[in-house]
Amino acid sequence: MSQNGGGRDVGLFVTCLADAVRPSVGFAALRLLEAAGYRVQVPDAQTCCGQPAYNSGDDATTRDLMAGIVRAFEPFDYVVAPSGSCMGMIKKGGHLFDDDPELASRHAALAARSYELLGFLHDVAGWRPQGRRYDGRVAYHHSCSGLRELGVKAQAERLVTDLAGVDFAPLDHPEICCGFGGTFCVKYPEISTSIVDDKVRDVVATGADTLVGGDLGCLLNIQGRLGRLGHDVKVYHTAELLAGSEVAPLGRDAPS
Amino acid sequence: MTVTYTSEHFKREARLALDQPNLQRALDRTTTLLQARRAEAYRAFGEFDAARAAGSRIKDHVLRHLDHYLETFEANAEAAGCKVHWARDADEACRITTELCRRAEAKTVTRVKSMLGEEIGLPEALDAAGFERVETDLAEHINQLAGDRPSHIVIPALHKTREEVSDLFERAHPPHRHIDDVAELVESARTTLREKYFAAEVGISGANFLVADNGAVCTVTNEGNAELTMQLPRVQIVTAGIEKLVPSMDHAGVLLRLLARSALGMELTQYTTFLTGAKRPGDRDGPEEMHLVLVDAGRTELLGDELAPILKCIRCAACINHCPVYGQIGGHAYGGVYQGPMGSVLTPAMASLAKSKDLPHACTLNGRCDEVCPVAIPLTGLMRTLRERTWRQHLVDRPTRLGLGLWGAVVRRPALYRPASRLGVRALRLLARGRPALRRLPGGGAWTRSRDFAAPPPGGTFMARYRRGER
Repeated sequence: MSQNGGGRDVGLFVTCLADAVRPSVGFAALRLLEAAGYRVQVPDAQTCCGQPAYNSGDDATTRDLMAGIVRAFEPFDYVVAPSGSCMGMIKKGGHLFDDDPELASRHAALAARSYELLGFLHDVAGWRPQGRRYDGRVAYHHSCSGLRELGVKAQAERLVTDLAGVDFAPLDHPEICCGFGGTFCVKYPEISTSIVDDKVRDVVATGADTLVGGDLGCLLNIQGRLGRLGHDVKVYHTAELLAGSEVAPLGRDAPS
Repeated sequence: MTVTYTSEHFKREARLALDQPNLQRALDRTTTLLQARRAEAYRAFGEFDAARAAGSRIKDHVLRHLDHYLETFEANAEAAGCKVHWARDADEACRITTELCRRAEAKTVTRVKSMLGEEIGLPEALDAAGFERVETDLAEHINQLAGDRPSHIVIPALHKTREEVSDLFERAHPPHRHIDDVAELVESARTTLREKYFAAEVGISGANFLVADNGAVCTVTNEGNAELTMQLPRVQIVTAGIEKLVPSMDHAGVLLRLLARSALGMELTQYTTFLTGAKRPGDRDGPEEMHLVLVDAGRTELLGDELAPILKCIRCAACINHCPVYGQIGGHAYGGVYQGPMGSVLTPAMASLAKSKDLPHACTLNGRCDEVCPVAIPLTGLMRTLRERTWRQHLVDRPTRLGLGLWGAVVRRPALYRPASRLGVRALRLLARGRPALRRLPGGGAWTRSRDFAAPPPGGTFMARYRRGER
């Protein structure tokens, strides 16, 4: 394994949400990376990127988690996560090591070769889903961290629209937050619900039968509200669609 | 006069706001329109990003050399015939201003709303001192009639629908007839306010920029009320925060181009006025006395703080107009004078974090505010800094603290986390009883009261399945 990037060894950061509630996202990411020609390993020492602590202001916990990530993923050429917000956290965590120049530089080196899955597939691997298909009218929800922290937008849409059979249904307001916000959605549930209601209206108005996105947090939130209001929209992580995962949509039974 | 604004009831006020159909209608209409107009102005400008970088540099530079520019401004403003007064805090600023009104033997005082005036409680101080205070800003006139506080720094009556304004004007404006048409409503206010401009002995305004190298005060409005307020009365008082300095007219020009586009999507406001000194011999009009009250009120202290970049704010409200939280709850829930992202930084920074601890947390950290800020203030970063302070100062509520503490203890140890997550997944599966989504979750009501929660599929966690060799 090479220490300085450019090799083919990827450490997959599964994310705690995918690990627990949507393992198919982890397997889809794994298969896509392998299809793109990388050797993928899933380090055992990973748990969470630390956002719940970081966004609550608990820097001590976040720092411990970030140090663990640096140690666990240092041996790889690349770190890839199927989430914009977790990857955003990993990339911006450097300031936590202001008091430890050695760890700070190790973190900086790791952050420089860390990527969100879809951006990695498109920009670094140059992978395209040739010969794959999904039949449906598909709307795309961009997570705010993917969009604004990492600049992953056109790449993700391109990958989806490259699938044969996709009828792309653009949202009216693709830049607006879905109201998830991590702990925000349970600290201020009424405000969060009111925001996700706007998103649900936007999704439903497109006439899409499928909604995809690169962040499970947003998807759980939007699907949770879609489901509660009885809307018949299938929600998948983008990786599942690209990998052709044979799984039931999020929060729904598999079609019989 | 110190007005006690408080954000302590943020959660309750926010919930109330969500249940007000008129407010919701007003917010939907206005924020959607403002976002579209700003996007169009941004697109049409072509040099927005370059101007933004320049604007940000100007503000950074001024804050680094504030002492120099304040002294230069003072010297040039006095040379132009102004009297400069310095106020350490809100009380002193109000005292100086009301005393100047008294010396002018004022009965009626016309006022152009300024955020600094709101911040120091000047309207209340003028009322308490017994002056007839006339708010000349159309929206502030509406708020004064309704007894409301401003709910937006640029559009203070954003919370009011046209229908509500019709009712207010019918009661307050002679000849008390019902008007629906917007142009006629404006005319009604114009007629009522016009005579006050001539009656007032003192006019009070704020400043959008203070120009150091010629001592000019710059104001922008779309109604012309600043010009009438600043030039018709005998005595003119400008109250402004010390961070309003710019080095020169050119620098003001850069920021003006950003301000109007960011605020309302306009190339320039209808009126942009630079007022330099009082009436000089030979001038046909203008105030006989011009006083400038320069207010610190916590700003100097903030200069040395991590939160200092918030002092770059030019009060355009772009962050507010693009904030999804503001878009749902409006301005009053924020409790202070300032709203949205800039308010959620400024209120805790200037007042008390303990009394406004909700504000930096009531944000999804979606970063749209950072993107639209015309002077590149890292608003979500500053909110994160404030969250870190709430954690360190034990202002985060106990259940959250305990919950995160417990979670932290587990998540730090992969060997403990693996079985814990397997157990959690099994519990969720049991609670779901074979259904694909949970409609209720013990202890998770904040989520499941309004949303389903997708149940984990059979087979266990990703890590367990991966270790079993699944791919």
